Amino acid sequence: MNEREYDIVIIGSGAGGGTVAQELGPLCRDGARIVVLEKGPRLRDDEFSGREVEMAQVLYEDGGGLLTADGSMTLAMGCGYGGSTTVYTGTSIAAPERVIQSWNVPGLGYEEVMRRTRKFIEQNNVHYLKEERINENNQLFVEGCRRLGYDVEQFPINVKGCRGSSLCNLGCPNQAKQGTNRVQLPRAEREGVEVVTRCEVGRLEGRTLIARVTQKPEGGKGEPSPWEPGEYRIRAKVVVACAGAVNTPALLMRSRLPTRLPRLGHGFTSHPALILVAEHERSISNFVGHPKSYYLDEFVESEGFILETCMYFPFTTAKSLRGFGAPHSDFMRAFPRLQMILVLACDHVDPSNRVTVDGDGRPVVHYRFTPEVRNALARGTLTAARIFFAAGARRVHVPAATHTTVEREDSERLEEMIDERHFRPGGVSVSAARLFVADASLFPDSIEINPYLTIMALADRVAQRIRQDAGTLLG
Amino acid sequence: MFSAVVRAVVPEADELNDAEWGELVALVEDSLRGRPAGLRRQLRLFLRLVEWLPLFRYGRRFSSLEPARGARFLAGLQNHRVDRIRVGFWGLRTLALLGYYGRADGAAAIGYHPNPTGWEAVGR
Repeated sequence: MNEREYDIVIIGSGAGGGTVAQELGPLCRDGARIVVLEKGPRLRDDEFSGREVEMAQVLYEDGGGLLTADGSMTLAMGCGYGGSTTVYTGTSIAAPERVIQSWNVPGLGYEEVMRRTRKFIEQNNVHYLKEERINENNQLFVEGCRRLGYDVEQFPINVKGCRGSSLCNLGCPNQAKQGTNRVQLPRAEREGVEVVTRCEVGRLEGRTLIARVTQKPEGGKGEPSPWEPGEYRIRAKVVVACAGAVNTPALLMRSRLPTRLPRLGHGFTSHPALILVAEHERSISNFVGHPKSYYLDEFVESEGFILETCMYFPFTTAKSLRGFGAPHSDFMRAFPRLQMILVLACDHVDPSNRVTVDGDGRPVVHYRFTPEVRNALARGTLTAARIFFAAGARRVHVPAATHTTVEREDSERLEEMIDERHFRPGGVSVSAARLFVADASLFPDSIEINPYLTIMALADRVAQRIRQDAGTLLG
Repeated sequence: MFSAVVRAVVPEADELNDAEWGELVALVEDSLRGRPAGLRRQLRLFLRLVEWLPLFRYGRRFSSLEPARGARFLAGLQNHRVDRIRVGFWGLRTLALLGYYGRADGAAAIGYHPNPTGWEAVGR
């Protein structure tokens, strides 16, 4: 067993871990030894090939196909240097005031969250894409919404030098997206924070972390870990768990903690999503340009769903279409004519939805589609179908309908064809050492938006507390 | 047996040559490597069920069924009232789609030609 000793160990390098590393980095000047342990690999810039299955295998937990306990939903979670900030589309939304108020966390006010969020809006170059850069897949969404009288909003995104590859979800091949892999982690490393990749923390035992460093697979992508492969015991004065909403609770469940945490693993929310697809008569620009430029959130409070533009890759699209055989292939062959909309349900805390671990200590996510979530997905599907037709689509694929394909001439009957009763889950992409948590597992309920800015804001708050108490914590 | 499922899910797979089938199978195997042993066991078991269950109804194994009957059988699994069976079919279908559309040629055949240079590549 290899031994290591640090003042601060940060587990995970995504929005939470990357931010904490950056904010604590200056402590290295005073001699503090800080390390980030990241389970996934660190890729060289030229290794982001944009090939769907290849990149998903390298940059996502379980290749992007982590299944819930009953197999009814897959969870896509980034796993690598930068965590999920490497593989999302860069959409950057501040948490709505209503959400922070409804969380009702003592001492956490909306003003503070916004002040911290603004810092990262600036740091990560969040801005609006110019109108002439918006592709037809996104423009058609705006057209459809406006014809129906809906208020569409543009997503601010955190890119620098975007070339419109549309490959954001596979890790930007042009390094344009400003995730923690481009901004916070490099800054932390310049201050002297170490980042150890391919290092999975098994459990915490008092002041010691038990971890394993894995070998780079032969012919695989990414740098080898800076540490030799093998088992490690890492002593730490402070541990910050930033492994994400699924892996942090699992890690704590595998660990010997000095206090019982009865709510550990509870309160899991995930914004279950459906990818909807429509076919137009002509080819549209869809897989060139930023994939996610607009959203519609006017139904969040009344019906519990949000619509976003999106454009996915062939396998992900194929998986999202119901059915198989010739009708399925027929839709796939129309790829250059496809418009896509993502329907997200704003799920809330439910006692059934939680994280546990199996006999091997692997996380198991239990998720039940509540009637509210089913209804939100069905109502979101109906609205998206209306938008597609208003934008001129000739037919729409709707997974929650009596018929999976609705032709334009049947568009008047959408209401009776789409119903939550036809919605079938299955294919919904959805111490003794001082221990802190700084990731999405802190959220007491649904965030209703892309969470990374809010995770950064909360991680910033946790880091501030550690900095303030560094004398005591590290002394 | 798995190839019969792939052909039923993506009829174009019938036109793949040996090398392309090799690529498809390698993608599926890669995606299963490192997944929990329990999940792989369940998939193997479900694949066996898909192969043998049609014997009771059609007198033939799935891999010997004519395409129309094979499709009817799979449609029955897709819409089955038991969640586990629907989910099992969904998993098998996902692997078939991954193998076919995960190949660069499979993606190109439907008109998907990604380019890291994006706008520049299309002259914008």
